[in-house]
Amino acid sequence: MLERAHILVCGGTGCTSGNSNKIYSEFVEHLKANGLDKEVKIIMTGCFGLCARGPIVVVYPDGSFYQHVQPEDVKEIVTEHILKGRPVERLLHSEKQEDGTRKAINETDFYKRQKRVVLRNCGIINPENIDEYLAYDGYKAYEKAVTEMTPQEVIDTIKKSGLRGRGGGGFSTGVKWQFAHDSQADQKYVVCNADEGDPGAFMDRSLLEGDPHAVIEAMMIAGYAIGATKGYIYVRAEYPIAVERLEIAIAQARDYGILGRNVMGLGYDFDIELRLGAGAFVCGEETALLQSTEGKRGEPRQRPPFPAVKGLFGKPTLINNVETYGNITQIILNGPEWFASMGTEKSKGTKVFALGGKIHNTGLVEIPMGTTLRTIIEEIGGGIPNGKKFKAAQTGGPSGGCIPASLIDTKIDYDNLIAIGSMMGSGGLIVMDEDNCMVDIAKFFLEFTVDESCGKCTPCRIGNKRLYEMLDKVTKGEGTMEDLDKMEELCYYIKENSLCGLGQTAPNPVLSTLKYFRDEYVEHVKNKRCPAGVCKALVSYKIKPEMCIGCGLCKRNCPVGAISGEIKQPHVIDPSKCIKCGACIQACRKNAIAK
Amino acid sequence: MKQVTLKINNVSVTVDAGTRILDAAKKAGFAIPTLCYMKDVCNEGSCRVCVVEVKGARSLVASCSAVVGEGMEVFTNTPKVINSRKKTIELILSNHKKACLDCVRNGNCELSTLSQDYGCDPHAYDGVSTEYPTDETAYLVRDNSKCVLCRRCVGVCNNIQGIGVIGPNKRGFSTHIGCAFEQPLAATSCVACGQCITACPTGALHEKDDTNEVKALLADKDKYVIVGTAPSVRVGLGEEFGYPIGTNVEGKMVAALKRLGFDKVFDVDMAADMTIMEEGTEFLSRLKDKTAALPMMTSCSPGWIRYMEFYYPELLPNLSTCKSPQQMFGSIMKTYYAKKFDIPLDKLRVVCIMPCVAKKTEIFREHQSAAGVPDVDVVLSTRELARLIKNQGVDFRSLPNERFDDPIGLGSSAGLIFGATGGVMEAALRTVSEVVLGKPLDKLDFKAVRGTKGIKVASVNLNGEVIKVCVASGLANAKKVLEDVKAGKSDYKFIEIMTCPGGCVNGGGQPIQPSSVTNNVNVRALRAKAIYDADKKAPLRKCHENPVVKTLYSEFFGEPGSHRAHEILHTSYKKREKYNF
Repeated sequence: MLERAHILVCGGTGCTSGNSNKIYSEFVEHLKANGLDKEVKIIMTGCFGLCARGPIVVVYPDGSFYQHVQPEDVKEIVTEHILKGRPVERLLHSEKQEDGTRKAINETDFYKRQKRVVLRNCGIINPENIDEYLAYDGYKAYEKAVTEMTPQEVIDTIKKSGLRGRGGGGFSTGVKWQFAHDSQADQKYVVCNADEGDPGAFMDRSLLEGDPHAVIEAMMIAGYAIGATKGYIYVRAEYPIAVERLEIAIAQARDYGILGRNVMGLGYDFDIELRLGAGAFVCGEETALLQSTEGKRGEPRQRPPFPAVKGLFGKPTLINNVETYGNITQIILNGPEWFASMGTEKSKGTKVFALGGKIHNTGLVEIPMGTTLRTIIEEIGGGIPNGKKFKAAQTGGPSGGCIPASLIDTKIDYDNLIAIGSMMGSGGLIVMDEDNCMVDIAKFFLEFTVDESCGKCTPCRIGNKRLYEMLDKVTKGEGTMEDLDKMEELCYYIKENSLCGLGQTAPNPVLSTLKYFRDEYVEHVKNKRCPAGVCKALVSYKIKPEMCIGCGLCKRNCPVGAISGEIKQPHVIDPSKCIKCGACIQACRKNAIAK
Repeated sequence: MKQVTLKINNVSVTVDAGTRILDAAKKAGFAIPTLCYMKDVCNEGSCRVCVVEVKGARSLVASCSAVVGEGMEVFTNTPKVINSRKKTIELILSNHKKACLDCVRNGNCELSTLSQDYGCDPHAYDGVSTEYPTDETAYLVRDNSKCVLCRRCVGVCNNIQGIGVIGPNKRGFSTHIGCAFEQPLAATSCVACGQCITACPTGALHEKDDTNEVKALLADKDKYVIVGTAPSVRVGLGEEFGYPIGTNVEGKMVAALKRLGFDKVFDVDMAADMTIMEEGTEFLSRLKDKTAALPMMTSCSPGWIRYMEFYYPELLPNLSTCKSPQQMFGSIMKTYYAKKFDIPLDKLRVVCIMPCVAKKTEIFREHQSAAGVPDVDVVLSTRELARLIKNQGVDFRSLPNERFDDPIGLGSSAGLIFGATGGVMEAALRTVSEVVLGKPLDKLDFKAVRGTKGIKVASVNLNGEVIKVCVASGLANAKKVLEDVKAGKSDYKFIEIMTCPGGCVNGGGQPIQPSSVTNNVNVRALRAKAIYDADKKAPLRKCHENPVVKTLYSEFFGEPGSHRAHEILHTSYKKREKYNF
């Protein structure tokens, strides 16, 4: 049956937490009430990417892109837009062209520089309906691989595409497949690493929520290529929507004969099981992930032997990240040359970033490799809010580093990021402005790794802890210049000596900030001052008497009674009582309180 | 095997493919320090003390787990390597309770040695430290404040014993070794073997020290204190006084015990002889009885008994009902000896010196008080005896060799070989064969059951009937044997199991050799050799020919397996729950 309109409601994590389930059910109700339920189809999709504007609703055929939709807005959209054909202006995400007409959504700043390869189906199809995936060339890549290519040809294609692991390491995916292919064993495994753990990162989550079959199909292709019949997806239990959609997708694929014995009648067996992680960051490290999949404590082990030789249950295992798998079907269908035409010399294709921090358009973006940081921040991201200045971007999560404003024209790819002391990581990109203290940022990330260290090897378990303690001293104004040198030395020691990638990269946030923002450290140490006004111990709150009108708002909002003063007289803060919470600054209407 | 040639500090060396860099370096003349690595026990690469530089590698490499490659260029002593090791040790020290002066491992601490070797500043990285309460049982104390998280204890518990009651809990800086759900060790199915203690490089694990109890007994003039020493103590004790591994110091040990003030110094070998008489008789009767549980399994090793009660209660009928030699010794003292020499039981105390810590719990078992009072009152490990000797100012090295006291100090060398894996089996076979044959054996050595191999199988001709026997040591090996028995895949008639790998010579109460020694020297084999050497030269090599044994039966027990023997020398077992929380 043909519908006259499609309403797409975002079912990604951000919009779901913004109550998009309720929006969906409101649409169902109001369409029915208006007798439109047979004419209009309503679809819950994956993430559109522009999370800052969520919950998002898109109406086709005209492509109206509604932002910040609330359940109470649904009635208006149905009666005005669907019934009468008049889009609800006040909810539209609008960018006008010079002639005053509205830009198509793909032409807006946020979308026009993006290239959605991995996220191609997110925000387009209903991830809980295999038919929609099939309609978008679903499982054609597997069919092509099995019927037209030998396993070695599949691997050669991946190699030729130049695809590198999207989980952080950036190792050649094709070469990894080759290793797993070349290992001889009675049983091999294909594993998907969906233990995305970087703070603020949700690339893998969104792909699994928005297009789970793309990952399943890629794993099947990998299984064919390396000779594996069994796959595991290790996904965090904290991703309930992703888990549910994966379960649905696997069940539907089994029903359709796409998973199981004699897959699609093509003569190969392949099935997938889910394994839920319990929230340990270190389980994103491949050997720890395999341990955890086996039901053991998630701890890394020495490599070699690499998983491709000795992995899950001691058998050769191919392990790739979600986003890496997200590229596979497109490479098979469109050819390696098409894929290699995107990106830089050594980094091909696109990369998904979770854009967060001090930026207008927080959300999920997919850009061709080689896009500059400036394009991402100023164009796609819409710049820094509140007229503040861009100070640094943090990439690679706790394993990465901070890129200073002076390097904003760096072209994003694996090698450039490593050259400037950061790394691609899995794709977290956090933007910082002048209000961020770089020592505090380093401390934040290090605190995360200290918490998440598995505790197995000495450098990571104790070294990072001691490094954190030194940073803490600096933020309290108790550090010395010798401490800075000792910290740097300890950083290099930890990188050189740790057992796994977590420890080997943990000092990166400290090292990169020491490199690019040493002045700020020195300021904390020598002048006991936090230039950004973040480090509480170094900040004191003062009321400027010439600006205070004695309204008493600050006094009333102070939770600890540290402010005193008569009405219409300048007030004073007692520093011995002040806990530096900032409530007074927020309350003051005259900007009379300074840090 | 394929050979690989590599360079270590520019010295070319050729080794088997698959060799660890650590071992290849040794061959080239370079010692690399280790802490977490313990041959066959623990190979986690977690401490990072053994790092080396490998040309072309991204970071430093743990030489304990990385294997050699053709053409590899390894550097074991560059400034970078040495500084890294120093930092690693300093970091460990920063979270180590540095209470060295009163530490049981003072003088034998691997961390302390490393710290000295690398000129470490123990306060270089002072910061917060993790404090833990000690976990105490009747046999063992864990003080995690001294733990370096090398996981050697975890490795031995998991891999060698197959028990796995300890493992890492929590994570990051809060990681510590403990039992599931942070329960005390006493609430678990720990078999009390004490192998974790001998694996520990520091003072984080040690036996429960009972030397003060013994000192109090010796100081009490009202008490009549008898001491008995197990076979393996005499081939281990010397190590505590600077003798080479595998030195038999029986004479000096006896002299020391006498100087400590024990009223009588006896040899538990005699009780081992009694064990063979009882166990051999039990075995022969089980062989004849079609309803009896076979294979029969030995019952000398209390850790093994605990293992059976926790893990294989369905096979308890297969265990010999004989008490262990220690408990036979105690019960003979408290019954026959007390009566014969008219010593009131409230004054008589029996102390046993054992290579074992499980023996410390054994004295509290049910049916171990033949005279209505505990058979044995205090058990000291070999290490504690050494401590007592040093504490009491007995100059061990200058002592003369002295002999065990009469009248029942005499043990056969068949009792002595109980100390090594296969020894109980060999002693039993010497006696059982002669009993069945009715005449002396031509050859007393049963070499098939000797050696430190984990599982040994032999066929024995018992006057025409060939029976298969099995000997296993280390509980992970025992498990394999038991699983075969359960599956009906084995046709053994008699099985000897020792809890500790290699038997009592390698018991959890024996002197602790650092991993730098155990990784390169087969300590248990050297100690066992001392025992077999003594056996070779011994005038009395069969339990049933021991005159003391003959006297005991003629004066007191009647005959082996008699009613009285059963009351005094046998015991019972029961199923125990693995978790008590």
